[in-house]
Amino acid sequence: MIKLEQHLKNNHNRLLNNSVDNDTFLTMTNEAIKEFITARAPEAIYDESGEWLNMIVEPHQLKPIAAALLGQPMQMDFLFCLTCVDYKTHLTMVYHLTASTNRSLNLVLKVNLDRANPIIETVCELWRTAEFHEREVFEMFGVQFANHPDLRRLILEDEPATAGDEKKESGHEPKGYWPLRKDFEDPINMIKL
Amino acid sequence: MYNETEIIKDTTNLGPEGELVVNMGPQHPATHGVLHLVVTLNGETIKKIEPHLGYIHRSIEKMCESLTYRQFIYVTSRMDYLSSHINNTACALLVEKGMQIEVPERAKVVRTILNELTRIASHELWIGAMAMDLGAFTPFFYAFREREMITDIMEDTCGARLTMNYIVPGGLMYDIHPDFQTKVKAFIQQFKEKVTEYEDLVTGNIIFQSRTKGVGVLTTEDAISYGCTGPVARASGVRCDMRKIAPYDAYDRVEFEEIIETAGDSFARYIVRVKEMNQSIRIIEQLIDNIPEGEFVGKTKNVLKLAKGEFYQRVETARGELGVYIVSEGATTPYRIKFRSPGFSNLSVLNHIAKGSKIGDLMATMGTLDLVIPDIDR
Repeated sequence: MIKLEQHLKNNHNRLLNNSVDNDTFLTMTNEAIKEFITARAPEAIYDESGEWLNMIVEPHQLKPIAAALLGQPMQMDFLFCLTCVDYKTHLTMVYHLTASTNRSLNLVLKVNLDRANPIIETVCELWRTAEFHEREVFEMFGVQFANHPDLRRLILEDEPATAGDEKKESGHEPKGYWPLRKDFEDPINMIKL
Repeated sequence: MYNETEIIKDTTNLGPEGELVVNMGPQHPATHGVLHLVVTLNGETIKKIEPHLGYIHRSIEKMCESLTYRQFIYVTSRMDYLSSHINNTACALLVEKGMQIEVPERAKVVRTILNELTRIASHELWIGAMAMDLGAFTPFFYAFREREMITDIMEDTCGARLTMNYIVPGGLMYDIHPDFQTKVKAFIQQFKEKVTEYEDLVTGNIIFQSRTKGVGVLTTEDAISYGCTGPVARASGVRCDMRKIAPYDAYDRVEFEEIIETAGDSFARYIVRVKEMNQSIRIIEQLIDNIPEGEFVGKTKNVLKLAKGEFYQRVETARGELGVYIVSEGATTPYRIKFRSPGFSNLSVLNHIAKGSKIGDLMATMGTLDLVIPDIDR
């Protein structure tokens, strides 16, 4: 109860002063966020069926949109989850964002990528937690992150055991060893039931 | 931002004289698991730390894609084995959210008590192990004396001491043991008497203080940018307790404080955990006499099927924010599951905060991050 009263009082004061202060994000509704994004990426697609607002943007728009979300007025400085989903026809990068000062404001940013040649700009400079998460996505899904400072395998061994033989036989790099893709099969270490 | 970080790709040809590459781990007593750190040194000063992960990678995410919503909970106990009740809770809550299952009040309260007991047990183990890394051997035995009582309670309740698998979608697997309340109360009493011993042994210890104060300082901005959560972030002044931000189970009806420190060094991280244990006791005290009567598990269908869509559930483990992200296609198994583990993000900050410090301080910095390797590797 006290919280609500305090909040109302703050709102009241703000209306009285008629000024835009740091509390603006409190009134940020989904509609306002959509407006904010549409102004920067007109083709963005929105989905409100889930718990949080989802939006899909084009790969080349990711960096500017992410930078805009990080800046005023939303200050979404906390990237709490970064992952990728293989939908068989395409890959989807999923970024879960929130603001450290206002954790009730959550957003899901998505980018669809070409499955044959997935390449996207890194967001390392904006959220440094992305460095490790992107390395994980790189080795598990084969997504290339442009301008990543240190794009190497993180969890898996440096080179798959079969890669050497395949290389010897065909003379070129193996097609891909991306365990979390849906078509991945490993006859030795079976992980499917 | 990364210009200051020099990335050494070829470790066989290191530049000027005096640079030394030391492999710390994968078998090292202070990593408490198989973590491999490649430490580049200049004399005694750390120039760079490069973690190599995956020694205990079991591809839990891929495995879960072929397990049903009842089965995948058992795998998560093996992730962060010190918080297995809390991991189970996260998965159960997600399935309940996706299927709109009503959880009985009794189950909610018992879950909260067990989660807090788990948190205390985890912090107890951490205090003992961390003090031992810094050369103090006695606190380990003191901490394990109390931890033993908790594991005994767990054993009575669910038959296991470490990987519980007790919390299932809908509530609990079976009802609590008749002695549960008595034993928990006995534990609270003993803990309150003995917790001052830790303060005397560790907190006030001048050697401990001089080894941790001002060591491994993490600023608020970096804690947020690196995605740190739990005691690591709270010691740097970030409010990130999921029990406060998005209360689940019975956390909305109990009073407790979110412990915030601002120093951001190893000592602050230590203080946060010690104070958190007292807050956990406070939560248990409020609930232990008020466990409602009734069913311990709600009505669920035999075959669980999540609706088509995406679900995300966040809980506060002993190490920070655990996120479970499920993409469902409406089948009995998840289409894609992602565990956002707290240790993974907390580890990524290690190079940043240990760079420039002495190799001896690495123990204190790494110890206070409270890394559990199966949680990082998954």
